[in-house]
Amino acid sequence: MKEFDTELGISVTGCNLWYGELQALKNIDMEIAEREITAFIGPSGCGKSTFLKTLNRMNDLVENCRIEGRFIIGGVDIYAKDTDVNLLRKNVGMVFQKPNPFPMSVYDNIAFAPRTFGIKKRSELDEIVEKSLRRASIWDDLKDRLKKSALGLSGGQQQRLCIARALAAEPKILLMDEPTSALDPISTGKIEDLMSELKTELTIVIVTHNMQQATRIADKTAFFYLGELIEYAETETLFTTPKDRRTENYITGRFG
Amino acid sequence: MKNQTKAKINKGFYSSLKISSYICCGIALTALVGVILFVMIRGTGHISLQLLFGDPKDGDTILPAFLGTLRLVAVSILLAVPLGIFTAVFLVEYMRGKGKLVRLIRLTVETLAAIPSIVYGLFGYLVFVVALSWGYSMWGGGITLAVMILPTIVRSTEESLLSVPDSYREGALALGASKVRTIFKVTLPSASSGIVTSVVLAVGRVVSESAVLILTVGMVVNKIPAALTEPGTSLALDIYYFANFGKPDEAAATAVVLLLFVLALNLLAALCGKLIRKKYGDNA
Ligand SMILES: Nc1ncnc2c1ncn2[C@@H]1O[C@H](COP(=O)(O)OP(=O)(O)OP(=O)(O)O)[C@@H](O)[C@H]1O
Ligand SMILES: [Mg+2]
Repeated sequence: MKEFDTELGISVTGCNLWYGELQALKNIDMEIAEREITAFIGPSGCGKSTFLKTLNRMNDLVENCRIEGRFIIGGVDIYAKDTDVNLLRKNVGMVFQKPNPFPMSVYDNIAFAPRTFGIKKRSELDEIVEKSLRRASIWDDLKDRLKKSALGLSGGQQQRLCIARALAAEPKILLMDEPTSALDPISTGKIEDLMSELKTELTIVIVTHNMQQATRIADKTAFFYLGELIEYAETETLFTTPKDRRTENYITGRFG
Repeated sequence: MKNQTKAKINKGFYSSLKISSYICCGIALTALVGVILFVMIRGTGHISLQLLFGDPKDGDTILPAFLGTLRLVAVSILLAVPLGIFTAVFLVEYMRGKGKLVRLIRLTVETLAAIPSIVYGLFGYLVFVVALSWGYSMWGGGITLAVMILPTIVRSTEESLLSVPDSYREGALALGASKVRTIFKVTLPSASSGIVTSVVLAVGRVVSESAVLILTVGMVVNKIPAALTEPGTSLALDIYYFANFGKPDEAAATAVVLLLFVLALNLLAALCGKLIRKKYGDNA
Protein backbone atom coordinates (compact mmCIF):
# COMPACT_ATOMS: atom_id res chain seq x y z
CA MET A 1 0.00 0.00 0.00
CA LYS A 2 1.19 3.48 -0.83
CA GLU A 3 2.33 5.74 1.98
CA PHE A 4 -0.15 8.46 2.82
CA ASP A 5 0.77 11.87 1.54
CA THR A 6 0.34 14.62 4.10
CA GLU A 7 0.00 17.27 1.47
CA LEU A 8 -3.27 15.82 0.33
CA GLY A 9 -6.53 16.11 2.15
CA ILE A 10 -9.60 13.94 2.10
CA SER A 11 -11.84 13.58 -0.92
CA VAL A 12 -15.17 11.79 -0.74
CA THR A 13 -17.52 11.36 -3.67
CA GLY A 14 -20.91 9.69 -3.81
CA CYS A 15 -20.92 8.37 -0.27
CA ASN A 16 -24.01 6.35 0.63
CA LEU A 17 -24.20 4.27 3.77
CA TRP A 18 -26.81 1.86 5.09
CA TYR A 19 -27.17 0.22 8.49
CA GLY A 20 -29.30 -2.71 7.38
CA GLU A 21 -32.36 -1.06 5.84
CA LEU A 22 -31.72 2.37 7.29
CA GLN A 23 -29.88 4.75 5.00
CA ALA A 24 -27.74 6.85 7.32
CA LEU A 25 -25.75 8.81 4.71
CA LYS A 26 -27.09 10.08 1.40
CA ASN A 27 -24.92 11.02 -1.53
CA ILE A 28 -22.26 12.95 0.25
CA ASP A 29 -19.49 14.68 -1.71
CA MET A 30 -16.87 16.42 0.34
CA GLU A 31 -13.34 17.74 0.06
CA ILE A 32 -11.54 18.27 3.34
CA ALA A 33 -8.45 20.44 3.18
CA GLU A 34 -5.17 19.46 4.84
CA ARG A 35 -3.85 21.29 7.90
CA GLU A 36 -7.17 22.81 8.69
CA ILE A 37 -9.83 22.14 11.26
CA THR A 38 -13.12 21.05 9.77
CA ALA A 39 -16.15 20.86 12.03
CA PHE A 40 -19.23 18.69 11.49
CA ILE A 41 -22.42 20.04 13.05
CA GLY A 42 -26.04 18.99 12.88
CA PRO A 43 -28.85 17.59 14.99
CA SER A 44 -28.54 14.29 16.81
CA GLY A 45 -28.78 11.23 14.57
CA CYS A 46 -28.02 13.11 11.34
CA GLY A 47 -25.00 10.96 10.60
CA LYS A 48 -22.00 13.03 11.73
CA SER A 49 -20.35 10.21 13.64
CA THR A 50 -21.20 7.75 10.91
CA PHE A 51 -19.53 9.90 8.25
CA LEU A 52 -16.51 10.49 10.49
CA LYS A 53 -16.12 6.76 10.98
CA THR A 54 -16.15 6.05 7.27
CA LEU A 55 -12.86 7.96 7.09
CA ASN A 56 -10.92 5.44 9.18
CA ARG A 57 -13.16 2.50 8.34
CA MET A 58 -14.45 2.01 11.88
CA ASN A 59 -17.81 1.18 10.32
CA ASP A 60 -16.24 -2.08 9.19
CA LEU A 61 -16.91 -3.28 12.73
CA VAL A 62 -20.64 -2.75 12.41
CA GLU A 63 -22.61 -5.76 11.33
CA ASN A 64 -24.83 -5.12 8.25
CA CYS A 65 -23.18 -1.83 7.39
CA ARG A 66 -22.97 -1.23 3.63
CA ILE A 67 -20.92 1.59 2.15
CA GLU A 68 -20.82 3.04 -1.36
CA GLY A 69 -18.65 5.76 -2.82
CA ARG A 70 -15.05 6.76 -3.39
CA PHE A 71 -12.94 7.76 -0.42
CA ILE A 72 -9.52 9.09 -1.32
CA ILE A 73 -7.12 10.01 1.48
CA GLY A 74 -3.63 11.08 0.59
CA GLY A 75 -4.06 9.68 -2.88
CA VAL A 76 -5.10 6.27 -1.59
CA ASP A 77 -8.50 4.70 -2.19
CA ILE A 78 -9.13 3.59 1.37
CA TYR A 79 -11.84 1.07 0.49
CA ALA A 80 -9.80 -0.62 -2.22
CA LYS A 81 -9.30 -4.35 -1.78
CA ASP A 82 -5.56 -4.11 -1.16
CA THR A 83 -5.82 -1.33 1.42
CA ASP A 84 -4.20 -2.17 4.73
CA VAL A 85 -6.86 -1.09 7.22
CA ASN A 86 -4.41 -1.10 10.13
CA LEU A 87 -2.05 1.22 8.29
CA LEU A 88 -5.00 3.44 7.37
CA ARG A 89 -6.03 3.70 11.02
CA LYS A 90 -2.47 4.45 12.04
CA ASN A 91 -2.50 7.40 9.63
CA VAL A 92 -6.03 8.49 10.40
CA GLY A 93 -6.25 8.61 14.18
CA MET A 94 -9.44 8.86 16.18
CA VAL A 95 -10.44 10.35 19.51
CA PHE A 96 -13.75 9.24 20.94
CA GLN A 97 -16.51 11.09 22.75
CA LYS A 98 -15.95 9.24 25.99
CA PRO A 99 -12.30 9.06 27.03
CA ASN A 100 -11.28 5.43 26.68
CA PRO A 101 -7.81 4.93 28.14
CA PHE A 102 -6.83 1.27 28.36
CA PRO A 103 -6.62 -0.19 31.85
CA MET A 104 -2.83 0.03 31.89
CA SER A 105 -0.22 2.55 32.88
CA VAL A 106 -0.06 5.99 31.26
CA TYR A 107 3.18 4.93 29.60
CA ASP A 108 1.78 1.71 28.15
CA ASN A 109 -1.24 3.58 26.83
CA ILE A 110 0.94 5.97 24.85
CA ALA A 111 3.36 3.25 23.77
CA PHE A 112 0.55 1.06 22.45
CA ALA A 113 0.55 2.27 18.85
CA PRO A 114 4.35 2.54 18.45
CA ARG A 115 4.66 -1.00 19.81
CA THR A 116 1.97 -2.13 17.39
CA PHE A 117 4.13 -0.85 14.58
CA GLY A 118 7.23 -2.62 15.77
CA ILE A 119 9.09 -0.14 17.96
CA LYS A 120 10.57 -2.07 20.86
CA LYS A 121 13.61 -0.11 22.01
CA ARG A 122 13.04 1.42 25.40
CA SER A 123 14.88 4.64 24.63
CA GLU A 124 12.89 5.16 21.46
CA LEU A 125 9.61 4.48 23.25
CA ASP A 126 10.58 6.84 26.09
CA GLU A 127 11.17 9.54 23.54
CA ILE A 128 7.84 8.96 21.76
CA VAL A 129 5.93 8.92 25.05
CA GLU A 130 7.42 12.21 26.16
CA LYS A 131 6.96 13.84 22.77
CA SER A 132 3.34 12.72 22.47
CA LEU A 133 2.45 13.85 25.97
CA ARG A 134 4.10 17.21 25.28
CA ARG A 135 2.19 17.60 22.03
CA ALA A 136 -1.02 16.95 23.94
CA SER A 137 0.22 19.48 26.55
CA ILE A 138 -0.17 17.07 29.41
CA TRP A 139 3.45 16.14 30.01
CA ASP A 140 3.77 18.37 33.07
CA ASP A 141 0.67 16.84 34.65
CA LEU A 142 1.71 13.29 34.01
CA LYS A 143 5.48 13.07 33.91
CA ASP A 144 5.60 11.77 37.49
CA ARG A 145 2.75 9.31 37.01
CA LEU A 146 3.85 7.46 33.90
CA LYS A 147 3.80 4.15 35.71
CA LYS A 148 0.40 4.75 37.32
CA SER A 149 -2.83 3.39 35.92
CA ALA A 150 -4.44 5.69 33.37
CA LEU A 151 -7.85 4.98 34.90
CA GLY A 152 -6.94 7.05 37.93
CA LEU A 153 -6.77 10.30 35.93
CA SER A 154 -9.51 12.91 35.78
CA GLY A 155 -11.84 12.98 32.77
CA GLY A 156 -10.04 15.90 31.15
CA GLN A 157 -6.64 14.32 31.71
CA GLN A 158 -7.93 11.03 30.32
CA GLN A 159 -9.14 12.73 27.16
CA ARG A 160 -5.83 14.50 26.63
CA LEU A 161 -4.10 11.19 27.30
CA CYS A 162 -6.23 9.66 24.55
CA ILE A 163 -5.21 12.47 22.22
CA ALA A 164 -1.57 11.86 23.12
CA ARG A 165 -2.10 8.15 22.53
CA ALA A 166 -3.49 8.86 19.07
CA LEU A 167 -0.63 11.28 18.32
CA ALA A 168 1.92 8.63 19.27
CA ALA A 169 0.90 6.73 16.13
CA GLU A 170 2.07 9.77 14.11
CA PRO A 171 -1.22 10.18 12.26
CA LYS A 172 -1.60 12.65 9.39
CA ILE A 173 -5.27 13.15 10.11
CA LEU A 174 -7.05 13.23 13.45
CA LEU A 175 -10.78 12.50 13.71
CA MET A 176 -12.43 13.69 16.90
CA ASP A 177 -16.00 12.75 17.77
CA GLU A 178 -17.33 15.26 20.30
CA PRO A 179 -14.03 15.11 22.19
CA THR A 180 -15.02 17.69 24.78
CA SER A 181 -18.67 16.90 25.40
CA ALA A 182 -17.89 15.08 28.64
CA LEU A 183 -15.54 17.75 29.95
CA ASP A 184 -15.68 20.92 32.01
CA PRO A 185 -15.04 24.32 30.34
CA ILE A 186 -11.41 24.52 31.49
CA SER A 187 -10.48 21.11 30.08
CA THR A 188 -12.47 21.96 26.96
CA GLY A 189 -10.49 25.17 26.52
CA LYS A 190 -7.22 23.28 26.88
CA ILE A 191 -8.22 20.80 24.23
CA GLU A 192 -9.35 23.55 21.87
CA ASP A 193 -6.00 25.32 22.26
CA LEU A 194 -4.34 22.03 21.62
CA MET A 195 -6.24 21.50 18.38
CA SER A 196 -5.30 24.94 17.11
CA GLU A 197 -1.64 24.08 17.75
CA LEU A 198 -1.90 20.67 16.16
CA LYS A 199 -3.40 21.93 12.95
CA THR A 200 -0.04 23.28 11.88
CA GLU A 201 1.01 19.66 11.53
CA LEU A 202 -2.11 17.70 10.81
CA THR A 203 -5.61 17.74 9.43
CA ILE A 204 -8.32 17.70 12.07
CA VAL A 205 -11.96 16.78 11.64
CA ILE A 206 -14.15 17.34 14.66
CA VAL A 207 -17.78 16.56 15.37
CA THR A 208 -19.34 19.00 17.78
CA HIS A 209 -22.71 19.96 19.17
CA ASN A 210 -21.29 23.17 20.46
CA MET A 211 -21.59 25.86 17.81
CA GLN A 212 -19.42 28.31 19.73
CA GLN A 213 -16.77 25.67 19.65
CA ALA A 214 -17.07 25.39 15.89
CA THR A 215 -16.79 29.15 15.46
CA ARG A 216 -13.82 29.30 17.84
CA ILE A 217 -11.66 26.66 16.23
CA ALA A 218 -12.91 25.48 12.85
CA ASP A 219 -11.71 26.82 9.52
CA LYS A 220 -14.56 25.15 7.67
CA THR A 221 -17.86 23.85 8.93
CA ALA A 222 -20.19 21.27 7.46
CA PHE A 223 -23.86 21.08 8.38
CA PHE A 224 -25.46 17.64 8.18
CA TYR A 225 -29.18 17.01 8.28
CA LEU A 226 -30.96 13.65 8.04
CA GLY A 227 -27.99 11.94 6.46
CA GLU A 228 -27.31 14.68 3.92
CA LEU A 229 -24.57 17.23 3.73
CA ILE A 230 -26.63 20.40 3.48
CA GLU A 231 -24.03 23.09 3.54
CA TYR A 232 -20.28 23.20 3.72
CA ALA A 233 -18.34 26.46 3.78
CA GLU A 234 -15.84 28.64 5.59
CA THR A 235 -16.99 28.69 9.21
CA GLU A 236 -17.59 32.42 9.23
CA THR A 237 -19.58 32.32 6.03
CA LEU A 238 -21.70 29.42 7.22
CA PHE A 239 -22.58 31.07 10.50
CA THR A 240 -23.09 34.60 9.20
CA THR A 241 -24.65 34.05 5.79
CA PRO A 242 -26.02 30.51 5.57
CA LYS A 243 -27.40 29.73 2.12
CA ASP A 244 -29.81 26.99 3.12
CA ARG A 245 -32.96 27.55 5.16
CA ARG A 246 -32.27 24.41 7.24
CA THR A 247 -28.78 25.57 8.15
CA GLU A 248 -30.15 28.90 9.22
CA ASN A 249 -32.85 27.29 11.34
CA TYR A 250 -30.29 25.05 13.01
CA ILE A 251 -27.71 27.68 13.83
CA THR A 252 -30.32 30.07 15.11
CA GLY A 253 -31.59 27.33 17.38
CA ARG A 254 -34.96 26.80 15.77
CA PHE A 255 -34.60 23.04 15.83
CA GLY A 256 -32.23 20.24 16.83
CA MET B 1 -51.53 9.45 63.76
CA LYS B 2 -51.96 6.71 61.23
CA ASN B 3 -48.61 7.51 59.67
CA GLN B 4 -46.92 7.37 63.01
CA THR B 5 -48.15 3.87 63.78
CA LYS B 6 -47.15 2.79 60.30
CA ALA B 7 -43.67 4.15 60.84
CA LYS B 8 -43.51 2.31 64.15
CA ILE B 9 -44.55 -0.96 62.55
CA ASN B 10 -42.00 -0.42 59.81
CA LYS B 11 -39.33 0.24 62.35
CA GLY B 12 -40.17 -2.94 64.22
CA PHE B 13 -40.27 -4.89 61.02
CA TYR B 14 -36.89 -3.67 59.89
CA SER B 15 -35.17 -4.21 63.18
CA SER B 16 -36.51 -7.75 63.35
CA LEU B 17 -35.20 -8.31 59.83
CA LYS B 18 -31.85 -7.01 60.93
CA ILE B 19 -31.76 -9.27 63.98
CA SER B 20 -32.77 -12.34 61.99
CA SER B 21 -30.13 -11.64 59.37
CA TYR B 22 -27.53 -11.42 62.16
CA ILE B 23 -28.75 -14.74 63.50
CA CYS B 24 -28.62 -16.43 60.09
CA CYS B 25 -25.18 -15.07 59.45
CA GLY B 26 -24.11 -16.36 62.85
CA ILE B 27 -25.45 -19.84 62.16
CA ALA B 28 -23.79 -20.02 58.75
CA LEU B 29 -20.47 -18.84 60.13
CA THR B 30 -20.65 -21.26 63.05
CA ALA B 31 -21.32 -24.14 60.69
CA LEU B 32 -18.42 -23.25 58.42
CA VAL B 33 -15.94 -22.48 61.15
CA GLY B 34 -17.20 -25.56 63.01
CA VAL B 35 -16.37 -27.86 60.11
CA ILE B 36 -12.92 -26.38 59.72
CA LEU B 37 -12.21 -26.41 63.46
CA PHE B 38 -13.48 -29.95 63.81
CA VAL B 39 -11.29 -31.23 61.00
CA MET B 40 -8.31 -29.30 62.32
CA ILE B 41 -8.71 -30.51 65.89
CA ARG B 42 -9.44 -34.06 64.90
CA GLY B 43 -6.67 -34.29 62.33
CA THR B 44 -3.74 -32.04 63.21
CA GLY B 45 -2.48 -34.30 65.96
CA HIS B 46 -2.25 -37.22 63.60
CA ILE B 47 -0.08 -35.52 61.04
CA SER B 48 3.30 -37.19 61.22
CA LEU B 49 6.45 -37.09 59.16
CA GLN B 50 5.74 -40.66 58.08
CA LEU B 51 2.29 -39.72 56.89
CA LEU B 52 3.52 -36.67 55.02
CA PHE B 53 6.81 -37.72 53.49
CA GLY B 54 7.37 -41.31 54.58
CA ASP B 55 8.53 -44.16 52.44
CA PRO B 56 5.49 -46.13 51.36
CA LYS B 57 7.28 -49.31 52.51
CA ASP B 58 7.24 -48.15 56.15
CA GLY B 59 3.50 -47.60 56.33
CA ASP B 60 0.78 -45.23 55.18
CA THR B 61 1.91 -42.05 53.51
CA ILE B 62 0.11 -39.39 51.54
CA LEU B 63 3.16 -38.33 49.57
CA PRO B 64 1.91 -40.25 46.51
CA ALA B 65 -1.46 -38.58 46.92
CA PHE B 66 0.13 -35.15 47.15
CA LEU B 67 2.18 -35.74 44.02
CA GLY B 68 -0.85 -37.29 42.33
CA THR B 69 -2.97 -34.23 43.09
CA LEU B 70 -0.31 -31.94 41.66
CA ARG B 71 -0.05 -34.04 38.52
CA LEU B 72 -3.80 -34.14 38.03
CA VAL B 73 -3.97 -30.38 38.49
CA ALA B 74 -1.16 -29.90 36.00
CA VAL B 75 -2.64 -32.16 33.32
CA SER B 76 -6.20 -30.91 33.60
CA ILE B 77 -5.32 -27.22 33.85
CA LEU B 78 -2.80 -27.31 31.04
CA LEU B 79 -5.39 -28.93 28.81
CA ALA B 80 -8.53 -27.12 29.86
CA VAL B 81 -7.34 -23.56 30.39
CA PRO B 82 -5.93 -22.81 26.92
CA LEU B 83 -8.76 -24.70 25.27
CA GLY B 84 -11.38 -22.95 27.40
CA ILE B 85 -9.92 -19.48 26.94
CA PHE B 86 -9.62 -19.86 23.18
CA THR B 87 -13.14 -21.22 22.93
CA ALA B 88 -14.45 -18.24 24.87
CA VAL B 89 -12.40 -15.81 22.76
CA PHE B 90 -13.81 -17.40 19.64
CA LEU B 91 -17.37 -17.15 20.92
CA VAL B 92 -17.15 -13.60 22.18
CA GLU B 93 -14.72 -11.92 19.80
CA TYR B 94 -15.41 -13.72 16.55
CA MET B 95 -18.95 -15.08 16.74
CA ARG B 96 -20.75 -12.09 18.17
CA GLY B 97 -23.92 -11.29 16.30
CA LYS B 98 -24.14 -14.83 14.99
CA GLY B 99 -26.92 -15.37 17.50
CA LYS B 100 -28.33 -18.82 16.92
CA LEU B 101 -25.14 -20.82 16.74
CA VAL B 102 -23.63 -19.08 19.75
CA ARG B 103 -26.81 -19.64 21.74
CA LEU B 104 -26.70 -23.33 20.88
CA ILE B 105 -23.06 -23.61 21.91
CA ARG B 106 -23.77 -21.67 25.09
CA LEU B 107 -26.67 -23.94 25.97
CA THR B 108 -24.47 -26.98 25.46
CA VAL B 109 -21.72 -25.51 27.60
CA GLU B 110 -24.17 -24.62 30.35
CA THR B 111 -25.65 -28.10 30.33
CA LEU B 112 -22.20 -29.62 30.49
CA ALA B 113 -21.34 -27.41 33.45
CA ALA B 114 -24.36 -28.69 35.36
CA ILE B 115 -23.76 -32.42 34.88
CA PRO B 116 -22.77 -34.27 38.09
CA SER B 117 -19.13 -35.25 38.15
CA ILE B 118 -19.88 -38.96 38.42
CA VAL B 119 -21.21 -38.79 34.85
CA TYR B 120 -17.88 -37.39 33.70
CA GLY B 121 -16.25 -40.18 35.66
CA LEU B 122 -18.32 -42.75 33.86
CA PHE B 123 -17.43 -41.12 30.54
CA GLY B 124 -13.72 -41.25 31.41
CA TYR B 125 -14.03 -44.84 32.51
CA LEU B 126 -15.81 -45.93 29.35
CA VAL B 127 -13.47 -44.04 27.05
CA PHE B 128 -10.02 -44.30 28.59
CA VAL B 129 -10.20 -47.38 30.76
CA VAL B 130 -12.43 -49.53 28.58
CA ALA B 131 -12.49 -48.36 24.96
CA LEU B 132 -8.87 -47.23 24.69
CA SER B 133 -7.86 -49.90 27.19
CA TRP B 134 -5.38 -47.64 28.98
CA GLY B 135 -6.56 -49.19 32.21
CA TYR B 136 -6.64 -46.87 35.23
CA SER B 137 -4.20 -44.04 34.65
CA MET B 138 -3.32 -40.52 35.72
CA TRP B 139 -3.67 -39.44 32.09
CA GLY B 140 -7.21 -40.75 31.86
CA GLY B 141 -8.09 -39.02 35.12
CA GLY B 142 -6.42 -35.77 34.15
CA ILE B 143 -8.11 -35.62 30.77
CA THR B 144 -11.50 -36.45 32.26
CA LEU B 145 -11.04 -33.69 34.82
CA ALA B 146 -10.09 -31.32 32.03
CA VAL B 147 -13.33 -32.15 30.23
CA MET B 148 -15.19 -31.64 33.49
CA ILE B 149 -13.81 -28.14 34.21
CA LEU B 150 -13.80 -26.99 30.59
CA PRO B 151 -17.42 -25.73 30.52
CA THR B 152 -16.96 -23.67 33.67
CA ILE B 153 -13.81 -22.09 32.32
CA VAL B 154 -15.46 -21.30 29.00
CA ARG B 155 -18.49 -19.77 30.72
CA SER B 156 -16.60 -17.59 33.15
CA THR B 157 -14.03 -16.47 30.57
CA GLU B 158 -16.92 -15.53 28.30
CA GLU B 159 -18.48 -13.49 31.11
CA SER B 160 -15.18 -11.73 31.77
CA LEU B 161 -14.68 -10.95 28.08
CA LEU B 162 -18.24 -9.67 27.71
CA SER B 163 -17.69 -7.32 30.63
CA VAL B 164 -14.75 -5.66 28.87
CA PRO B 165 -16.15 -2.39 27.46
CA ASP B 166 -16.28 -2.19 23.66
CA SER B 167 -14.62 1.20 23.90
CA TYR B 168 -11.34 -0.60 24.71
CA ARG B 169 -11.61 -2.73 21.59
CA GLU B 170 -12.53 0.29 19.45
CA GLY B 171 -9.68 2.27 20.94
CA ALA B 172 -7.12 -0.38 20.08
CA LEU B 173 -8.45 -0.96 16.56
CA ALA B 174 -8.56 2.79 15.90
CA LEU B 175 -4.84 2.93 16.74
CA GLY B 176 -4.12 0.50 13.94
CA ALA B 177 -3.88 -2.67 16.01
CA SER B 178 -5.04 -5.86 14.34
CA LYS B 179 -7.88 -7.84 15.83
CA VAL B 180 -5.53 -10.47 17.22
CA ARG B 181 -3.30 -7.86 18.81
CA THR B 182 -6.36 -6.15 20.28
CA ILE B 183 -7.46 -9.42 21.83
CA PHE B 184 -4.09 -10.35 23.28
CA LYS B 185 -2.89 -6.93 24.38
CA VAL B 186 -6.10 -5.25 25.48
CA THR B 187 -9.16 -7.47 25.78
CA LEU B 188 -7.68 -10.54 27.49
CA PRO B 189 -5.53 -8.52 29.93
CA SER B 190 -8.59 -6.46 30.85
CA ALA B 191 -10.49 -9.68 31.53
CA SER B 192 -7.61 -11.41 33.25
CA SER B 193 -8.66 -11.01 36.86
CA GLY B 194 -11.96 -12.78 36.15
CA ILE B 195 -10.18 -15.47 34.17
CA VAL B 196 -7.67 -16.10 36.95
CA THR B 197 -10.49 -16.44 39.46
CA SER B 198 -12.20 -19.01 37.28
CA VAL B 199 -8.99 -20.99 36.85
CA VAL B 200 -8.44 -21.07 40.58
CA LEU B 201 -11.98 -22.26 41.17
CA ALA B 202 -11.33 -24.96 38.59
CA VAL B 203 -8.17 -26.02 40.39
CA GLY B 204 -10.22 -26.20 43.56
CA ARG B 205 -12.68 -28.53 41.87
CA VAL B 206 -9.89 -30.74 40.57
CA VAL B 207 -8.27 -30.92 44.00
CA SER B 208 -11.48 -31.88 45.73
CA GLU B 209 -12.86 -34.22 43.08
CA SER B 210 -13.08 -37.89 43.98
CA ALA B 211 -15.93 -39.53 42.04
CA VAL B 212 -14.23 -39.00 38.69
CA LEU B 213 -10.94 -40.32 39.98
CA ILE B 214 -12.29 -43.52 41.47
CA LEU B 215 -13.49 -44.45 38.00
CA THR B 216 -10.47 -43.25 36.04
CA VAL B 217 -7.19 -43.23 38.01
CA GLY B 218 -8.22 -46.13 40.19
CA MET B 219 -7.23 -45.84 43.82
CA VAL B 220 -3.75 -47.21 44.17
CA VAL B 221 -2.70 -45.61 47.40
CA ASN B 222 0.67 -45.71 49.04
CA LYS B 223 2.58 -46.12 45.81
CA ILE B 224 4.24 -43.33 43.89
CA PRO B 225 3.22 -43.79 40.28
CA ALA B 226 6.20 -44.05 37.98
CA ALA B 227 4.49 -42.39 35.05
CA LEU B 228 1.28 -40.67 34.06
CA THR B 229 0.22 -43.88 32.36
CA GLU B 230 0.00 -45.64 35.72
CA PRO B 231 -2.92 -45.67 38.13
CA GLY B 232 -2.52 -43.50 41.20
CA THR B 233 -4.28 -41.54 43.87
CA SER B 234 -4.96 -38.02 45.09
CA LEU B 235 -5.47 -36.37 48.46
CA ALA B 236 -9.23 -36.56 48.18
CA LEU B 237 -9.05 -40.22 47.20
CA ASP B 238 -6.76 -40.96 50.15
CA ILE B 239 -9.32 -39.49 52.52
CA TYR B 240 -11.94 -41.74 51.02
CA TYR B 241 -9.60 -44.70 51.24
CA PHE B 242 -8.55 -44.10 54.83
CA ALA B 243 -12.10 -43.49 55.98
CA ASN B 244 -13.31 -46.57 54.18
CA PHE B 245 -10.63 -48.87 55.54
CA GLY B 246 -10.92 -48.11 59.22
CA LYS B 247 -8.28 -45.42 59.50
CA PRO B 248 -10.20 -42.34 60.65
CA ASP B 249 -7.12 -40.69 62.18
CA GLU B 250 -5.20 -40.76 58.93
CA ALA B 251 -8.33 -39.62 57.08
CA ALA B 252 -8.64 -36.60 59.36
CA ALA B 253 -4.96 -35.79 59.05
CA THR B 254 -5.17 -35.95 55.26
CA ALA B 255 -8.23 -33.72 55.37
CA VAL B 256 -6.19 -31.12 57.25
CA VAL B 257 -3.53 -31.24 54.54
CA LEU B 258 -6.19 -30.89 51.85
CA LEU B 259 -7.75 -27.93 53.65
CA LEU B 260 -4.40 -26.19 53.94
CA PHE B 261 -3.75 -26.89 50.28
CA VAL B 262 -7.03 -25.27 49.26
CA LEU B 263 -6.39 -22.36 51.60
CA ALA B 264 -2.97 -21.77 50.06
CA LEU B 265 -4.58 -21.88 46.64
CA ASN B 266 -7.14 -19.25 47.54
CA LEU B 267 -4.50 -16.98 49.00
CA LEU B 268 -2.51 -17.37 45.82
CA ALA B 269 -5.57 -16.45 43.80
CA ALA B 270 -6.23 -13.38 45.90
CA LEU B 271 -2.61 -12.35 45.45
CA CYS B 272 -2.75 -12.87 41.67
CA GLY B 273 -5.95 -10.89 41.50
CA LYS B 274 -4.40 -8.05 43.47
CA LEU B 275 -1.27 -7.96 41.33
CA ILE B 276 -3.32 -7.95 38.15
CA ARG B 277 -5.60 -5.21 39.41
CA LYS B 278 -2.54 -3.19 40.33
CA LYS B 279 -1.05 -3.68 36.90
CA TYR B 280 -4.19 -2.86 34.93
CA GLY B 281 -5.84 -0.25 37.08
CA ASP B 282 -8.87 -0.39 39.28
CA ASN B 283 -11.84 -1.57 37.28
CA ALA B 284 -10.05 -4.32 35.39
N1 LIG C 1 -24.19 0.73 14.67
C1 LIG C 1 -25.36 1.19 14.18
N2 LIG C 1 -26.30 0.33 13.78
C2 LIG C 1 -27.48 0.77 13.27
N3 LIG C 1 -27.79 2.07 13.16
C3 LIG C 1 -26.89 2.98 13.55
C4 LIG C 1 -25.62 2.58 14.09
N4 LIG C 1 -24.93 3.71 14.39
C5 LIG C 1 -25.72 4.74 14.07
N5 LIG C 1 -26.91 4.32 13.56
C6 LIG C 1 -28.00 5.17 13.06
O1 LIG C 1 -27.50 6.00 12.04
C7 LIG C 1 -27.99 7.32 12.16
C8 LIG C 1 -26.84 8.28 12.27
O2 LIG C 1 -26.19 8.06 13.50
P1 LIG C 1 -24.90 8.85 13.96
O3 LIG C 1 -24.40 8.20 15.20
O4 LIG C 1 -23.97 8.96 12.84
O5 LIG C 1 -25.51 10.27 14.30
P2 LIG C 1 -24.80 11.55 14.90
O6 LIG C 1 -25.03 12.65 13.94
O7 LIG C 1 -23.41 11.25 15.27
O8 LIG C 1 -25.66 11.82 16.19
P3 LIG C 1 -25.20 12.35 17.63
O9 LIG C 1 -25.05 13.80 17.47
O10 LIG C 1 -26.33 11.99 18.53
O11 LIG C 1 -23.93 11.65 17.97
C9 LIG C 1 -28.91 7.31 13.36
O12 LIG C 1 -30.23 7.17 12.90
C10 LIG C 1 -28.49 6.10 14.14
O13 LIG C 1 -29.59 5.56 14.83
MG1 LIG D 1 -22.35 11.04 17.12
